[in-house]
Amino acid sequence: MVEGELLIRNGVVYDPINGVNGEKKDICIRDGKVVEEVRNPKVIDAEGRVVMPGGVDIHAHIAGGKVNAGRLFRPEDGRKGREAKTKVCRAQSGYSVPNTFATGYRYAKMGYTFVMEAAMPPLAARHTHEEIVDIPILDNAAMPLIDNNWMTMDYVKSGDMDLLAAYVAWIIKATKGYGVKIVNPGGTEAWAWAKNCDLNDAVPYFDVTPAEIVKSLAVANEKFEMPHSIHVHGNMLGHPGNYEVTTSTYDLVKGIKPYRDRPTMHATHTQFHSYGGTTWGDFESKAGAIADYVNKNEHVSIDLGSVILGDTTTMTADGPMEYSLYQITGRKWTNHDVELETGSGITPFLYSGKVSVHTIQWAIGQELALLIKDPWKVALTTDHPNAGPFIGYPIIISMLMSKRRRDESAADMHKAIYDRAALPSIDREYDLYEIAIVTRGMTAKTLGLHEHGKGHLGVGADGDVAIYDISPEERDAGRIQKAFLNTKYTIKGGEVVVKDGEVVATPAGKTYFVTPECDEKLTDEMMEKLKDKFEHYYSVTFNNYPVQDAYVPNPYEIKAPWRS
Amino acid sequence: MVEITDVVCSLCGCVCDDIVVEVEDNKVTKVKGACAVGKSKLMGHGRIESPAIRENGSLKDCSYDEAIKKAAEILAAARRPLLYGWSSTVCEADKVGVELAEEIGAVIDNTASVCHGPSVLAIQDVGLPSCTLGEVKNRADLVIYWGANPAAAHANHMKRYSYISKGYWTEEGKKNKKLVVVDVRKTATAKMADVFLQIEQGKDYLVFSALRAMLYGYEDVVPEEVGGISKKDLLETVRMMKEAKFGIIFFGMGVTHTGARHNNIVNAIQTTRAAHTHTKFNIMPMRGHYNVAGINQVCTWETGYPFAVDLSRGYAWYNPGEHSATDLLVRRECDAALIIASDPGAHFPGESIRHLAKIPVIQIDPFPNPTTEFADVVIPAAISGVEAEGNVYRMDNIPIRLRKLVDTEYMADEEIMEGILEEVRAIKGKESE
Repeated sequence: MVEGELLIRNGVVYDPINGVNGEKKDICIRDGKVVEEVRNPKVIDAEGRVVMPGGVDIHAHIAGGKVNAGRLFRPEDGRKGREAKTKVCRAQSGYSVPNTFATGYRYAKMGYTFVMEAAMPPLAARHTHEEIVDIPILDNAAMPLIDNNWMTMDYVKSGDMDLLAAYVAWIIKATKGYGVKIVNPGGTEAWAWAKNCDLNDAVPYFDVTPAEIVKSLAVANEKFEMPHSIHVHGNMLGHPGNYEVTTSTYDLVKGIKPYRDRPTMHATHTQFHSYGGTTWGDFESKAGAIADYVNKNEHVSIDLGSVILGDTTTMTADGPMEYSLYQITGRKWTNHDVELETGSGITPFLYSGKVSVHTIQWAIGQELALLIKDPWKVALTTDHPNAGPFIGYPIIISMLMSKRRRDESAADMHKAIYDRAALPSIDREYDLYEIAIVTRGMTAKTLGLHEHGKGHLGVGADGDVAIYDISPEERDAGRIQKAFLNTKYTIKGGEVVVKDGEVVATPAGKTYFVTPECDEKLTDEMMEKLKDKFEHYYSVTFNNYPVQDAYVPNPYEIKAPWRS
Repeated sequence: MVEITDVVCSLCGCVCDDIVVEVEDNKVTKVKGACAVGKSKLMGHGRIESPAIRENGSLKDCSYDEAIKKAAEILAAARRPLLYGWSSTVCEADKVGVELAEEIGAVIDNTASVCHGPSVLAIQDVGLPSCTLGEVKNRADLVIYWGANPAAAHANHMKRYSYISKGYWTEEGKKNKKLVVVDVRKTATAKMADVFLQIEQGKDYLVFSALRAMLYGYEDVVPEEVGGISKKDLLETVRMMKEAKFGIIFFGMGVTHTGARHNNIVNAIQTTRAAHTHTKFNIMPMRGHYNVAGINQVCTWETGYPFAVDLSRGYAWYNPGEHSATDLLVRRECDAALIIASDPGAHFPGESIRHLAKIPVIQIDPFPNPTTEFADVVIPAAISGVEAEGNVYRMDNIPIRLRKLVDTEYMADEEIMEGILEEVRAIKGKESE
């Protein structure tokens, strides 16, 4: 936030949360916030250019243990993005696993001002926060993994949903986290014995099923006024024929009432969960079936996990999935299981348009965006860096906006796209309003951040603005892609941080975290079991576990009261 | 007297965090739960008492301001500065170090360069299937120490995390576990082992290859004896590996710095992957300094690379062997060095030390060591984990916050580094005017 006034004049504004669809209007900012009017402002002339609220990324892996393990074991990736230090910017490196500084600069250049780190292992939460502090410009938050935790599974087994909620509250607070993240529930615990779990398999030794874990965590999450729903990476990610597991997972939370007007489940990187066929040989798109489900139901939102062709670094808490991937490619493989909580795997991957499976994967991400009718249910992501690095978002934007570009691309790719995917037969094209929805409006709303000034330009919102150097009439896919890669201006909290595609200022971002407020008696009862876990099984003491305030120098707290 | 619990030990890569200390009159008077070496560190011992600058061959006491200013002058004037050490201090100081390296176009390198650097190179080749130490504690029924002697070097390792520890599926401790030790001599750790494989010096690569072949079902290609170990013993080891529910290899300097060096570790990791086709198997380097893992982490997220990073081009350039600290010194390329929280004077090859002794050297450390003997500016630091707090990464990359136990007049590493950075910027600012 900077003091002073700023006027962005005559831009064509797309602000979906406030229903503003391509209106020529002025945006006034004072002391970092959007206001009705200003008196002596600095003026930015946005005449005829596209103006949007700062972008809000709902799901990306940008900070923490596995991101850094990815950087460490891929110096060849580090060499791809080198830029020397400037008066304003630190030295940059990396493409799919950029260093922290490059991460902030590159997102800001695309007009983004908030990014959600999608998976924080609770025991290593300090690490995630240490890196977040080194990511300039971006406001941020991180979601702790709460689904393979022994505490969670114990309460799922005993059916004590209130005690489960008490644990969920404690771990979100202890990690300075934002919400409930689920990654291959039960499967990652099974991976500690080199096994995996399907949705209704019993987790070894714990006598619960992944389905029960998902359902219970949704119940626990809705016991508080949580800004976000449970955020789910389901079972069997990346397996041919997994789409039925996906819709069965959605079904689990159907009857659970959310605390407010948002879905009960956010299903992430859905591209990886929309597969038909029985093997890689007869692999096909089932995006249609997933879209059909999402169209008919209101309790699920999704993000795409859309593929960017080329080399990337895959990483997830889904340890067994990364092992399978490594067995396919034979490339290097890192794994890091985390006691009592979670795990992770990392392996490089090349998406090639000459390979049938990759081509179909590439189509699926876009099919989901185009077949789901209501863009308020869809977020644009690449599950950075899993389906491709975030720097590829402008490519996806240009694809969604141009049938011609999709057709031209498909013509160069494996012919499987014509008989095992639906993309070539889809005519829909996104307009800028829909792009604004899937990159800021929907994402801010789904995370509950619109109530905290993110993702819109209404009075009182944060002065986060992206000005793209295109006119609303622009139809050329190449020019659209270029404009969304480097803004004319990015403004963060009223301060110009990017001008003409160059970073000109690097203020520190705020870290948003949620404080679920739980009944003391319940907390005390839960604490007995928790302390026993620390006493006997953790390798770190109870008192050394919670993230200290020093790790979150720019905090923004959101309280989530217990719903009586 | 005040009792402080959950004290985090700032000695080795075990980073034990359940120590209890008593503090009286601002002094640590009693330490419970630490090993002998950790206890000695926490209790405190002889240290550098004052900042000092070398004049006419001998160190002369000065103020912090004078020492910091002198250090900044040396670094700002250097054409090829080296910033080395970083493993026995906190990440907060390491971060300022990377920033300083960018500012002056230095090479920044850390002790991994002469320690587990070969392990890093191996990880960059094949990856690292691993886990946290609590996973080992709760699940491991087969523990292998290879070229590592924790009984001497990581004294609490077996008790807290591995062979002797008790966990969820290992509640009877070592009773239902097996310990295999591979070493060139019968170490204290080897004496505890169910199976001790006495390997010939430098034959690790061969023995890994033999195990790997057997794990993949090619035992017929393995000769009757490999690296001094009989085929019978190797087969027995492979049987134990296959039958384990959860196995782990901990490896140390005995493998990283002998024979095939980083190729040993590539082979060790590939042996782990071979075992993983039968059961759960992990591997972990026994990191030495309490935060060597941490400087690798910080350096990686800030520059993209874990050690031996050359910032002279303005962006990070990584080519270990070309500009790792010892190589730079052997080539007599660097013309000034800042040494922090480490002792190259005791650990570098003679040829490197000879050059180091010739160039201006700034030392930041709580304790005197052989490097002090030739340092030109000596800046005493608060002892991290006793007099200063901050973040460190355990050998399994779990971040833990060191506690401050007593007050001190000494500046913390982070403050000293910030002081130097500020002074360097002031000098460079004047130069560009």
